[in-house]
Amino acid sequence: MAEPFLSIRGVTMAFSGVKALDKVDFDIYPGEVHCLAGENGSGKSTMIKVISGVYQPSEGEIVMDGKSYSKLTPIEAIQNGVQVIYQDFSVFPNLTVMENLALTGEVSAGRKLVNWRKFRQIAEEAIAKIDFTVDLDARVGDLSVADKQLVAICRALLTDTKLLIMDEPTTALTHREVEALFKVVADLQARGIAILFVSHKLEEVFEISERFTIIRNGKLVITTVPEELDRKKFAQYMTGRDYDESSTAPTGEPGEPVLEARGLGLKDALYDINFTLHKGEVLGITGLLGSGRTELALTLFGVFPADDGEILVGGKPVVLKGIGDAIDNGIAYVPEDRLTEGLMLQRSIADNIVISELDNLSNGVGVLDDKRRAAEVELRVEEMKIATANPYNAVSTLSGGNQQRVVLAKWLATNPDILILNGPTVGVDIGSKRVIHLILNDLASRGMGIIVITDDIPELLTVSNRILLLQEGRLVAEVDPASVTEQEMSAMITGGSVPGKEH
Amino acid sequence: MQGLLGKLLRANEFYLFLIIVVVSLIIQARSGQFFTPNNLVDLANAMVVPGLFAIGAYLVIVSGGIDVSFPALASLAVYAVTRYLVDSGYQGSVILPFVLVIALGALLGAFNGVFTSRLAVPTLIITLGTANVFSGIMQGALSSVQISQLPPSMEAFGRASLFKATSATGLTSAMPVSFLLLVAVLAIVFFVMRYTMFGRGIFALGGDESSAVRAGFKVRRIKFWLYVIVGVIAALGGLVRTTSMGQMHPTNLLGMEMMVIAAVVLGGTAITGGTGSLTGVMLGTLLIVIVQNSMILVGVPTFWQRFALGLLIIVGTGVSAVQLTRRRKRQRLVAE
Repeated sequence: MAEPFLSIRGVTMAFSGVKALDKVDFDIYPGEVHCLAGENGSGKSTMIKVISGVYQPSEGEIVMDGKSYSKLTPIEAIQNGVQVIYQDFSVFPNLTVMENLALTGEVSAGRKLVNWRKFRQIAEEAIAKIDFTVDLDARVGDLSVADKQLVAICRALLTDTKLLIMDEPTTALTHREVEALFKVVADLQARGIAILFVSHKLEEVFEISERFTIIRNGKLVITTVPEELDRKKFAQYMTGRDYDESSTAPTGEPGEPVLEARGLGLKDALYDINFTLHKGEVLGITGLLGSGRTELALTLFGVFPADDGEILVGGKPVVLKGIGDAIDNGIAYVPEDRLTEGLMLQRSIADNIVISELDNLSNGVGVLDDKRRAAEVELRVEEMKIATANPYNAVSTLSGGNQQRVVLAKWLATNPDILILNGPTVGVDIGSKRVIHLILNDLASRGMGIIVITDDIPELLTVSNRILLLQEGRLVAEVDPASVTEQEMSAMITGGSVPGKEH
Repeated sequence: MQGLLGKLLRANEFYLFLIIVVVSLIIQARSGQFFTPNNLVDLANAMVVPGLFAIGAYLVIVSGGIDVSFPALASLAVYAVTRYLVDSGYQGSVILPFVLVIALGALLGAFNGVFTSRLAVPTLIITLGTANVFSGIMQGALSSVQISQLPPSMEAFGRASLFKATSATGLTSAMPVSFLLLVAVLAIVFFVMRYTMFGRGIFALGGDESSAVRAGFKVRRIKFWLYVIVGVIAALGGLVRTTSMGQMHPTNLLGMEMMVIAAVVLGGTAITGGTGSLTGVMLGTLLIVIVQNSMILVGVPTFWQRFALGLLIIVGTGVSAVQLTRRRKRQRLVAE
């Protein structure tokens, strides 16, 4: 193999005595697609910041193009062709595509005045590089996530980029968009640009990465090729524990129906949906983005009142015209985007847990009863195994997995009969995922009816008793998770053959 | 052409323009005096001070902040300068008052700028604080009182007119020279916002501050100079008001901030920062000025003016809030 474009040798990064990176070695070659994996807090972000010069390592050296740096600055990193695309893309939503593309370069060139014709020229060249078609005058805020990402990529490629680092690049993309991204990546690779993906999900980057580097607690665990990895090994390397992915679906006989949908319809989104959810059952619902899976959840939660058909709770028809109706009928919903829809990040864990049951914790004149509140918080923190020293700390101090448990705790505090979860472990690392799956099992075993909406296929197969498949707003199949493999399930979701019971 | 028309129909400014036309026609129909030369000149005259303030408020709002200190800043700058000139028996040209007011406005603006660029405190809180400091200095340390006799050159500037317009009814109104000042400031700010990296930096900052930092904008420097500029524009507004009144009334401007911010928001500038046009700002100001000045023409009692203004603010901000929620909802449905 040729010389690596960039190597880091024995790099240690300590923050007030705590080692975020501990003697890490790492190489990336020109034209290589490399995946850096690790759980939240493993040191991935620190490593990116060392490579891009944001942090100067306490020990060790960085070798780039044969030149050694003990203290790399961000400017030197950029001059050497290192570009980082952060998870939020760092774009300006209020400005046009053209301006987003041209601004950065013009700022660093120290320009004082704006030459709009030149801006357009720069932008046209930038999108031509990866054959990206977009309206240069569109506001970036109006673009899809995938297009925003492509804008960020185009912008990064404007300089003479040799290493492109992408932080969690596929998380917010649909399958088709991921494919389009991978085409772009392959093209860049052919031009000798090295790509470093940072991810904690194997599935997302497995097919495209040529090598994997896995770190845990700041230490290098292994650098290996994909042939040597499967999900189980990957999870073991990341968590350092044996990884158990046996089914967590409840084993007991399902009880009587708690929730039934009959001929449910929502304009332009759902058509003639029929299903029954039983007590003590976990029902998986899946489908592509746009298949109506989130609309179905929101219809059941009263956010989008159904246009057709009826919903029965405990055998009785109910009208769900708002979230209040759903809560009154014992339905709880854990949204997909917990950060914006499910949590008040700056408020304490305790406040977040009790928010949905303030009425129950108040005395006759509506004043909050502190003792009962404290008892409730203690109970829920215990039950959900939320890892915190103090439940009065802000939710933002918790890891993703623990935040998700706070959302769960909040809704469980209302003692629902029916729990609907949308993407319950999005952005949660592998260890926490298992904990959440076991919690779902426990809740179902105690008689709750649970609906899990997810496109994470291993998760779907692990947690569900039955799986309903949505395509273009219609239920097209019911699948027994024990009878299908991941590949078969995946093919079904993307519209391949559908075995099993036809609806 | 289709594209241009579509763009027009989506633009906030277009609808604001329509509203202004409708309101004008109603006033004309009821009073027959709206489209008279003297009324139009009166409106232009009344635009100058709120227009200058609105330009300053627009700059701050685009950058993602909000400034409520500009009336107090303007009052302090102009009061201190007038007091000094009157006490020293100044008889010279109007240049010196302008220079002093600009310098003092810049200094007080820099005071805002230092805090907003160094502290991670919302600008509303900072400028609420500095507004009180400014009016405190004026009313306490300088123990402000009304100054009824201005230096002669300032008074002359206030009376100077470009032309006089006389209506058929014999009413005469003068177009003040200060209108040129509004035009000049408007032109300069337009150029700065559109054709300088500093101006684009203000937009970038209002769109996403951390992205602006990563893109290499010197965010602190931009914020500091932004508040200096806004201080200068506000102080000029104060000077125009004082000269046109022919006296320095220290508390005359205080309380104008709500109306000015409302004009900016009515004009389509997003209160969250990052978007807005000067055309919109001027139209928003014009609408508010028309409502304030012309309701008397249709015989609406003056106390209803405040009611109408309040209604305009609610409708104006309400419309943009509804648009925002609609867009979000659409995006969510598209995203899913």
